[in-house]
Amino acid sequence: MAAPKYIKGKEPHKSEYRMIFRNVDRRGWDTSIKSYIADGGYKDLKKALKMKPQEVTDEVKTSGLRGRGGAGFPTGVKWGFIPPNNKKPVYLICNCDESEPGTFKDRYIVHQDPHQLIEGMLISCYAVGAKVAYIYIREEFPEGAKILEDAIEEARKKNFLGKKILGGKFNCEIYVHRGAGAYICGEETGLIESLEGKRPYPRIKPPYFPAALGLYMCPTIVNNVESLCNVKHIIAMGGQKYAKIGTPRNTGTRILCVSGDVIRPGYFEVEVGKITMGELINDVCGGLRKGRKLKGVIPGGSSAKVLRAGEKYTIGTGESERTIGINEIPMDFDTLAACGSMAGSGGVIVMDDSRDMTWILNNINTFYAHESCGQCTPCREGSLWMKKITDRMVSGSGVPSDLKTLTSVGDNIAGRTICAFGEACAWPTQSFVAKFPEDFKKHTSRRNAGKELNPESKAAAAGLKR
Amino acid sequence: MEVSRELNNQANEYISHYPNDQKRSASLPLLHLLQQEYGHINEESVNWVAEKLGIEPIHVLELVTFYPGFRQTAPGKYHIRVCRTLSCAMAGCYETMEKFCEVAGIDRSKVSHHNPIAVSEDGKFSIEFAECLASCGTGPVCLIGDEFHESVKADNVAEIIEKYD
Repeated sequence: MAAPKYIKGKEPHKSEYRMIFRNVDRRGWDTSIKSYIADGGYKDLKKALKMKPQEVTDEVKTSGLRGRGGAGFPTGVKWGFIPPNNKKPVYLICNCDESEPGTFKDRYIVHQDPHQLIEGMLISCYAVGAKVAYIYIREEFPEGAKILEDAIEEARKKNFLGKKILGGKFNCEIYVHRGAGAYICGEETGLIESLEGKRPYPRIKPPYFPAALGLYMCPTIVNNVESLCNVKHIIAMGGQKYAKIGTPRNTGTRILCVSGDVIRPGYFEVEVGKITMGELINDVCGGLRKGRKLKGVIPGGSSAKVLRAGEKYTIGTGESERTIGINEIPMDFDTLAACGSMAGSGGVIVMDDSRDMTWILNNINTFYAHESCGQCTPCREGSLWMKKITDRMVSGSGVPSDLKTLTSVGDNIAGRTICAFGEACAWPTQSFVAKFPEDFKKHTSRRNAGKELNPESKAAAAGLKR
Repeated sequence: MEVSRELNNQANEYISHYPNDQKRSASLPLLHLLQQEYGHINEESVNWVAEKLGIEPIHVLELVTFYPGFRQTAPGKYHIRVCRTLSCAMAGCYETMEKFCEVAGIDRSKVSHHNPIAVSEDGKFSIEFAECLASCGTGPVCLIGDEFHESVKADNVAEIIEKYD
């Protein structure tokens, strides 16, 4: 396999470690199976089919791969939750509902390298014993759905998929299932309900994992696109070798998606934990615009708690305990959690000092108010209530008591809902208000009364009148 | 309602993707088919899907009213969805939206949560805000029909609109 060359102007940054995104923006590359096979594609499926399913799962466990969708749960361990005495069919679902604001990695895998995902899925199906798999793709990727369907047909013609795959005993079908524009379908039990043709109301836990009871009340494994692609590479190089990429407990690569106030926003695949927030923003993304200073960063999709420039974080325990600033945070699961936020889905949103955090929070609140499924009262009412409060702040009708109300509403949602959406919609409010009180106080004085400042405040004001 | 043989065959194909006793799973695929064909979902379409899958119409209607991807009112010839969420907003999507409305002659003053779509007087364009289209690095972004457009600043809206005849 020759080292790939990339389209001019889209070359990977020198700090990148391209594995999953190896073929993204690659010169002369297309989505056909011909391209993929010429590059050594489906070799890892052949290799996996010569192993025992349990051996494949063991390699994934050894690799230490943690789910790339948001929660960071070990993939191999998740697979192990299928009841050992199970007699029902097992399903595998690829969660391609990529919808956490700030995240845009799965888009490029699906649109530019669909066979990598299909190969990863087939290996995973073999490991968990699934004969049918679904790719739940968000409705907003119409072209992506078409590309995947075409790729599945190509793979079927080559007998990588279908009956008696490659002359062996393994049968497996993959179908594309399009969602219809609801964020909540990214929650795995909501996704399952949606796939069953119902409203995507997340299921009450326990069972905590659909591996016990999932689609059609059968054991079901739901994995993110990026996680499933990783499986292919784990089989290619072996779990132990994979575990050497990245840092201990945070193995492999991670695709970081950077947007907001940086010179070069984009996607960057790096070894987990081998790059710091400062290097990511200032080196990889070319820093902030001229004359601007960093104000805050949302490190893992819009539901992750915001980090404020100038904050200090204490990480590590015992002798390794140290205090670091925002620029020194290694981009891994554990450190970001220790800093009070999360690595989430890898969506990094950078905000400079030109931003008023009230606006930022209002935009986020509008999103969550729109996307709450409405099943649990605290979330359904609370998310809308928080939006209404920030709506009135940005449209010049804030009152001094708003800040306190806002925090108390947020505090009363988190932990009181069936699914993690409750936390997802409360964390932005809780963190933004606590960390940037001065921005919010500007909007709770009578001075701004009745002012509509820009198109967004006009929209917010109109929303209040109804 | 009569549907074309082609659409009916496609519907049967989708239904075959799910276990025999789980036809209801094909609800979203069938609704997508009908919306693609007729532009939006009306009562007849809801009943057709329900009958096809052997479920009550309410179980189809509850999906149409829940998912933002399904329209209950007719869109224009070209339907525009402008991403409204954070990174696109920071990149100027509200200005982009205003420009689209200005160039296409659309009045958005009547839109609401339950009626999010505004159509131009000549019926050529319709528009709505969508939540996160997952291309935050190239905002503002929009979908026109199934075509995706990146870096749609207010300044290049007119040029894009021109391509749609």
